[in-house]
Amino acid sequence: MTVPAALHVPPTEAPPTALATEGLGVYYGDWLAVDDITLQVPRHHITAFIGPSGCGKSTLLRCFNRMNDLIAGARVVGRVTYGDVDLYDDRIDPVQVRRRIGMVFQRPNPFPKSVYDNVAYGLRVHAMTEDLDDRVEDALRRAALWDDVKGALKKSALALSGGQQQRLCIARTIAVEPDIVLMDEPCSALDPIATGRIEDLMQELRRDYTILIVTHNMQQAARASDYAAFLTTEVDGDGDRRRGKLVEFAATNELFTHPQDPRTENYITGRFG
Amino acid sequence: MSVETPTRPAAAPLPTYDATDLVGARLSAPRRYKNRVATACVWASVILALAPLALVIVLVVKNGLDAMGVEFFTGNIPSTRSAATGMGPAIVGTLIVTAAATVMAVPLGVLAAIYLSEYGRDGKVAATVRFLAGVMTGVPSIVMGLFVYTIWVLNFGQSAFAGALALACLMLPVVIRSGEEMLRLVPDDLRNASLALGTRKSRMIRTVVVPSALPGLTSGSLLAVARAAGETAPLLFTIGAIQTFNPNLFAGTNTVLPIQIYNGALSPFEGAHTRAWGAALALIAIVLVFTFAARLVTARLSTDRHR
Repeated sequence: MTVPAALHVPPTEAPPTALATEGLGVYYGDWLAVDDITLQVPRHHITAFIGPSGCGKSTLLRCFNRMNDLIAGARVVGRVTYGDVDLYDDRIDPVQVRRRIGMVFQRPNPFPKSVYDNVAYGLRVHAMTEDLDDRVEDALRRAALWDDVKGALKKSALALSGGQQQRLCIARTIAVEPDIVLMDEPCSALDPIATGRIEDLMQELRRDYTILIVTHNMQQAARASDYAAFLTTEVDGDGDRRRGKLVEFAATNELFTHPQDPRTENYITGRFG
Repeated sequence: MSVETPTRPAAAPLPTYDATDLVGARLSAPRRYKNRVATACVWASVILALAPLALVIVLVVKNGLDAMGVEFFTGNIPSTRSAATGMGPAIVGTLIVTAAATVMAVPLGVLAAIYLSEYGRDGKVAATVRFLAGVMTGVPSIVMGLFVYTIWVLNFGQSAFAGALALACLMLPVVIRSGEEMLRLVPDDLRNASLALGTRKSRMIRTVVVPSALPGLTSGSLLAVARAAGETAPLLFTIGAIQTFNPNLFAGTNTVLPIQIYNGALSPFEGAHTRAWGAALALIAIVLVFTFAARLVTARLSTDRHR
């Protein structure tokens, strides 16, 4: 029996790619920490990198804004492309890359300056100082922090709570109008309420930004992401050193409901071992 | 049908905790004894450490006040037999020599510290510079004076500037080493936060690292300034001797308070002793004012003054 053509579900068009890697590997010295990662990160979605500790999630994330360049001995092989630009081309200036591809860190790291100066910092660096007050306010509003701090813009950012500090760091990152926001376990230092607010915020932000988030919290990945990549560690063939490998990359609900690889299934069902 | 009110279970008797072991007085005798001895030792150390400081301040103020007056600040330094109290030339000399040395040593030292902490890191050049700064710290101050004597004074003669050069050589390693320590205390999180926003390294250092380390940099520099202001040996043969005002940094011999303290104290005459005490008081006051002013400026510039 033939299925009427009309019943064919049209193949969902893959969303345009924001970032892609091809055979990406990262060496620390002569140790290959992550190996042979090939994936496409879709635009305007939230992509989560999950996996056990030490599987290279953060290392992978730092390839996208070339933060690995700052680590002595780190070396990237393979290709990372942003649109159709090779981010590791010799002509690429990593400083400019980091303006387009912002980053939020694991521990909230506001500058020991006022709330206002924290958000204005990047704007001043990039000479985006016309309507500085408006830009600062806008960034703080988008980071859902404006109502908390509007009366205390001149107060030290260090007086804020951990969750507020992390939202301030997000405001600081999006103030310079990046295209992509990388988040390296942004909630691991926060309590569940603050975590919830950051996750809500991510949903707001994905309309304007492509978000990549590293997390080892699977519930968070399931709740908050559209796509998920599962990485794991593999023992090196000739030694006891471990290296990170990409196991599976799929839409999040696919990955969580129909994992294609037994290792993924073991991990998400808690039988990892 | 009446609703049965839930009855509270009969109150259990409150447990009576034996809290006697929580009371410090119940410590066993040996521990109590040790505790008292340790406390006594700590207090004795504090008093022992503070006593010289207190004595110095009390003595200097008590004896130095005799010399104080308008003449102390405005008068030329009299001959050693005189009872006059003039010390003005030495105050001016100390101010210009120390200021000139600070202007030379602090910027250079801080820049070197920035190089070591932010650029050189663990490289060979940095290790060499660090080693040489360490050696330089250990050079006796009189040797530093001799060094300046041979390369500067023999060519250009004695002057306040020659003295300042010698003091700057003394200050430089102190500023470098303490500066590097302070810069290294700035957490890498802050550096990364700045770089991840697309900031150039030089700008990151200017806008994040240095402001965060500023109070520490100031403290280190002040230590160096205070040390230099009190130096006698390297100035003995670099700035010469003079009893009248010479506000010119580059020409003519000069004099400073430590040299006057030295001269006055060695003299057998009462008036000279009084002047020496006065000079000591003035020197302490100058260092104190420097310290206070620098703290004030740092607090103003400090990035986290809103806290």
